[in-house]
Amino acid sequence: MGLEDLQHNFLTGQIEDLVRWARRASVWPASFGLACCAIEMMAAGAADFDLARYGMEVFRNSPRQADLMIVAGRVSQKMAPVLRQVYDQMMEPKWVISMGVCASTGGLFNNYAIVQGVDQIVPVDVYAPGCPPSPETLMHAILTLHEQIRTGEILRRRSEGRPTHVEDAQNLWTPEVPVAVRVGTPK
Amino acid sequence: MRTIEREELLVAETSEGEQELQRRSNTAVNELGREIGAVLRSNDLHIDPTSIDFDRQDDETMIINMGPSHPSTHGVLRLMLELDGEFVLRCKPVIGYLHTGMEKTAEELSFIQGAVNVTRMDYLSPVINELNYSMAIEKLLDIEIPERAVWIRMMMSELNRISSHLVWMATNGMDLGSTSMMIYGLRERELILAFFEKTAGLRMNLNYVRPGGVAADLPDGWKDDVTVICDTIDERTYEYDQLLTGQPIFRERMVGVAPITAEEALALSVTGPLLRSTGVAWDLRRTMPYLAYDQVEFDVIVGTYGDNFDRYAIRLNEIRESIRIVRQCVEMMPSGDYRSQDPKVTPPPRARIGESMEALIHHFKLFTEGFHVPVGEVYSAVESPRGEIGCYLVSDGGAKPYRLHVRGPSFVNLQAIPLLMRGGSVSDAITTVSTIDPVLGEVDR
Amino acid sequence: MISLSPLAPPGVRTSEGTAADLVCYPTRSQYFALVKSFKADAFEMCVDVCGVDYLHHLERPLPDGVEGTRFEVVTNLLSLSKRQRVRIRVQAGDDEPEVESLFALYSGVEAMEREAFDLFGIIFTNHPDLTRILMPEDWEGHPLRKDYGAGNVPVQFKEAPGPR
Repeated sequence: MGLEDLQHNFLTGQIEDLVRWARRASVWPASFGLACCAIEMMAAGAADFDLARYGMEVFRNSPRQADLMIVAGRVSQKMAPVLRQVYDQMMEPKWVISMGVCASTGGLFNNYAIVQGVDQIVPVDVYAPGCPPSPETLMHAILTLHEQIRTGEILRRRSEGRPTHVEDAQNLWTPEVPVAVRVGTPK
Repeated sequence: MRTIEREELLVAETSEGEQELQRRSNTAVNELGREIGAVLRSNDLHIDPTSIDFDRQDDETMIINMGPSHPSTHGVLRLMLELDGEFVLRCKPVIGYLHTGMEKTAEELSFIQGAVNVTRMDYLSPVINELNYSMAIEKLLDIEIPERAVWIRMMMSELNRISSHLVWMATNGMDLGSTSMMIYGLRERELILAFFEKTAGLRMNLNYVRPGGVAADLPDGWKDDVTVICDTIDERTYEYDQLLTGQPIFRERMVGVAPITAEEALALSVTGPLLRSTGVAWDLRRTMPYLAYDQVEFDVIVGTYGDNFDRYAIRLNEIRESIRIVRQCVEMMPSGDYRSQDPKVTPPPRARIGESMEALIHHFKLFTEGFHVPVGEVYSAVESPRGEIGCYLVSDGGAKPYRLHVRGPSFVNLQAIPLLMRGGSVSDAITTVSTIDPVLGEVDR
Repeated sequence: MISLSPLAPPGVRTSEGTAADLVCYPTRSQYFALVKSFKADAFEMCVDVCGVDYLHHLERPLPDGVEGTRFEVVTNLLSLSKRQRVRIRVQAGDDEPEVESLFALYSGVEAMEREAFDLFGIIFTNHPDLTRILMPEDWEGHPLRKDYGAGNVPVQFKEAPGPR
């Protein structure tokens, strides 16, 4: 349902909220676990830190049925085209969480073999730092994503080409890409 | 722009040319024999010539691709299978999708920083990677490790072995369809990870075992924590027995599937549970003991038929044996230093830095440049949950390794895949890859 | 320190090594025959084959009579029955390193030799399938050589944003 085309008024406002709630309450991740972060992602889906509380315990094996790609682990040069191919096969609306420092920036491995940041290949919405990020950090990243979906920021950003979380008020320097996971609970 | 209209771009980008399995029309006869199983022909083993179907036509078979992104949670392994209906004729693993250039990065990091790099190779058993690396350095440095450090290392290695085998049981159960096994395995593992976090600060990839000893002493109350871990997991292994071992469907899928003989395993340089399942009782902890393994009692579990069920049983019982070793470590843990006091390796105590200039300079040099290791080369190996993990280290007298090569057991064990898969069905292919227990981090490094 | 078997080719230099029962230094022509003699002498498993590029450390210590070249291939053998390890260091050459493949003796060296070829460019003659294994097929160069840069991307640290 393309919310972007609707005329925004009082009536459609309620529908938009409903659609956004539906989208964020059952985000289905595509399994794209690569290295150590994949094990922490599995641990986040298992008993002690349960992702099922967000409706996310089904890791869809086929990217065509998934909403979210959690790139968990280091992306090597050989894997990069495969990553792009999986991303291309997902249907809109789709989101990407870059989990771990290797996926976000290349991490510890600043060398010939690792792509220095998966945002060189796919557009990333939330970056979760850590090596590996503990399941709590991953859950915080997911909640940040949910927050962005709830306010509709994410779709507005895509259509207008603006970054989210821009605070123009005091002319502070703003990053050109979405901010990393903030410490503290989301609003 | 890679879109559906321009499909040739999508395919071209992910094709790996020569590394892939080629169609029969492009494969020479001796290549065919080798891929199928006559890889062993030159070792004078008898291969039944009628088992190699040279005359099979190209259009009777289908080459499919499994991976590198596939749900069987073993990482980015790509398997190319040639199928006749449901049955696998040839198989070729294509690896390299997780190649991180760790051996090149190791040449840029000093010896004390190297543990951070090496620990991420086999990410399911990080302590054992670090132990392997530290032991190689200590052999070149020729220093003695205090007793307590040795026993702490042994206890942490065995806890790591338990957690690695628990992940294996979880993913193996999941591959066979038992999602409850996944939850049980990862739940037990959380107990161990909580202990690791208390001791080293990190759950996984803990930078704990360093050349000279360990990074920090065990926390207060560790004996109670470890005893709780041992008791809980010991009892739960009997629950796993109830869930899986006697269960008819599990047995049907695992017993007699993908057998391997001892001669084939030795020819393929296979080690670890894969080798022990054939009946060869080779476990480095028993046959070439390191640390204090000759002072603790444990059994080496050996299989008979070399099939998938033997490998499952070996790993389940190795969990129990490791618990036995950990209990003995708790009883017999000596007191003393947790790292060697040799000034070549260890910085002086912090209080002395304010008093003595030499101590300050020593501390500074050790942390900026690192300690120097004498010229030489060494190969040292330990027993990881997957087999023999070795470290070949060349030092040119500097503060950084000149060449670091880690012999990953999964890299070598994966060579057994074409042999094990032949004749099985596609569903057995998944189970077989699972019981080999590859960790792609150390395969690709 | 153990001794060579009587079937070994003559004139192979040996020495004691760290954590090895024996270290041998055959020439390229003696290499295959030496490994064959060890195999006949109950060394059932070839544990590891790797390459080393000594470009920055050409003056490494070697026994008399052994001439060091830029590339070296190191093979580790293991005897399960005798519980011994042997290391074999063969000097592979300077510009176009080439050694004979051990595939005919130990099938398990296939992947290890492919890796040495991929990362160093050492050619193994009589290897059944000498293609790249870790790098993509169209990669140029051999990454672990000392004259191949690490490929570091310079990291520019920007000033962090002010208080939120």
